[in-house]
Amino acid sequence: MDALMTSVFGLWGPSIAKTFWILLKIVAVVLPLMISVAYLTYFERKVIGFMQVRIGPNRVGYFGLLQPIADALKLLFKEIILPTASNKVLFFLAPVLAIAPAFAAWAVIPFDLNLVIADIDASLLYILAMTSIAVYGVIIAGWASNSKYAFLGSLRSAAQIVSYEIAMGFTLVGVLMCANSLNLGKIVMGQAGGFWHWYVWPLFPLFIIYFISAVAETNRAPFDVAEGESEIVAGFHVEYSGMAFAVFFLAEYANMILVSMLAALMFLGGWLSPIPFIPDSFLWLLIKVAFLLFCFIWFRATFPRYRYDQIMRLGWKIFIPITIAWIVFIGGMMQTSWGYLFH
Amino acid sequence: MIKKTKQFLSSLMLIELLKGMLLTGRYFFARKITVQYPEEKTPQSNRFRGLHALRRYANGEERCIACKLCEAVCPAMAITIESEEREDKTRRTTRYDIDLTKCIFCGFCEESCPVDSIVETRILDYHGESRGDLIYTKEMLLAVGDKYEKQIAEDRAQDERYR
Ligand code: SF4
Ligand code: SF4
Repeated sequence: MDALMTSVFGLWGPSIAKTFWILLKIVAVVLPLMISVAYLTYFERKVIGFMQVRIGPNRVGYFGLLQPIADALKLLFKEIILPTASNKVLFFLAPVLAIAPAFAAWAVIPFDLNLVIADIDASLLYILAMTSIAVYGVIIAGWASNSKYAFLGSLRSAAQIVSYEIAMGFTLVGVLMCANSLNLGKIVMGQAGGFWHWYVWPLFPLFIIYFISAVAETNRAPFDVAEGESEIVAGFHVEYSGMAFAVFFLAEYANMILVSMLAALMFLGGWLSPIPFIPDSFLWLLIKVAFLLFCFIWFRATFPRYRYDQIMRLGWKIFIPITIAWIVFIGGMMQTSWGYLFH
Repeated sequence: MIKKTKQFLSSLMLIELLKGMLLTGRYFFARKITVQYPEEKTPQSNRFRGLHALRRYANGEERCIACKLCEAVCPAMAITIESEEREDKTRRTTRYDIDLTKCIFCGFCEESCPVDSIVETRILDYHGESRGDLIYTKEMLLAVGDKYEKQIAEDRAQDERYR
């Protein structure tokens, strides 16, 4: 790695080389991310198929492995329809606004010790900010389409994301209290020493609430009222077609991977191995994220969609009180002689 | 009161949701029942109502006597028949069209035919590539009948007792 960097340094001046180096790192993160998004759709179709006693896509390539590529090509060649009454600029800005934060947040995700694009101190705050921006993509998409269904969808999603953001923020406060740091790398290292040191155990209710809120934040079933096919057709992206639609799709799946990654880093020890004498590695992180993504799909295959008022009730009247109570409980416990259990 | 607390606790512990996930989780490993269509097919009844055919007698004479019963009974008005007297003084159709885009495959035409001329075969995977391809003319229907006569006769023989 370093040898490559010095040779790149030698070829061009240091400033150009540095920019080039950063670009290279970004590509190294975004490209695998795009591919995993594509194959996550395949994985989802297969898993849901299996749970419904079907076998899922199996025609394009071996076991249907080329299906995501076929889908991507199909979407690329489709026409993008621009509704006459829409606001042209915002209509095209919305998908960009949805996907840019979903990718930008990956800048601070550590994949292994010191394997991170930007190692900033407040990386958790940065991620919270980025994921909150993503909701503007949805709102603007709904508004710019100038369609009632799209508008209803974006209103729903805005209300939902805002209310679950609070519960999610509070669960992160619990993690911060345990780790004493906002840096994701430090949070992971705080859980070193075997799976019994992971923050899931002292923060179990917070972990559950974080994960459920994450499902709601990413607009996934059973919280997918923003698209609600049976009520409002496809919600905010009803007027989008072709690649513009695909970008929303990409953003949704990239967000899914992102929140699973965060859950793995904050609660499940990131790249740390569960048993001390097995070496830590990036593979552990992959396994944990894959399992969490499987859960996402498992939920979708199992639960019917929530009614809208139930979603609001769950967010405001159940999640927020429980998280606050648990934070107060941890805070209290930390002052007692059992405090070491929470670090 | 106790019942309420119990219910509260069980919904707090997500008991019902976990039960649901257990069920789908079990089905994840169940044997898959998908029939992979072009390679595998589901069993078909000998009374299957698919593509239409016009039959002939063994001597090659077409069965249809242009009685127009099928045209009259067809609920979708998919059949159009025109008839004429042939040189040998028998009544024959000059035109026999079935618009398969209108047909609802009810089988009434087959049932009404006094001479078992119009029948529905087991063929279900046919298609047209341009507008009008699915309006089958007399020649096309006779051709279908000639091609599948063996199967058609077998299916009718199997069903003889019930007719
Ligand atoms: S099957 Fe029914 S609808 Fe079709 S042509 Fe015969 S009578 Fe008409
Ligand atoms: S097909 Fe049968 S019912 Fe129809 S006109 Fe000919 S003989 Fe009559």
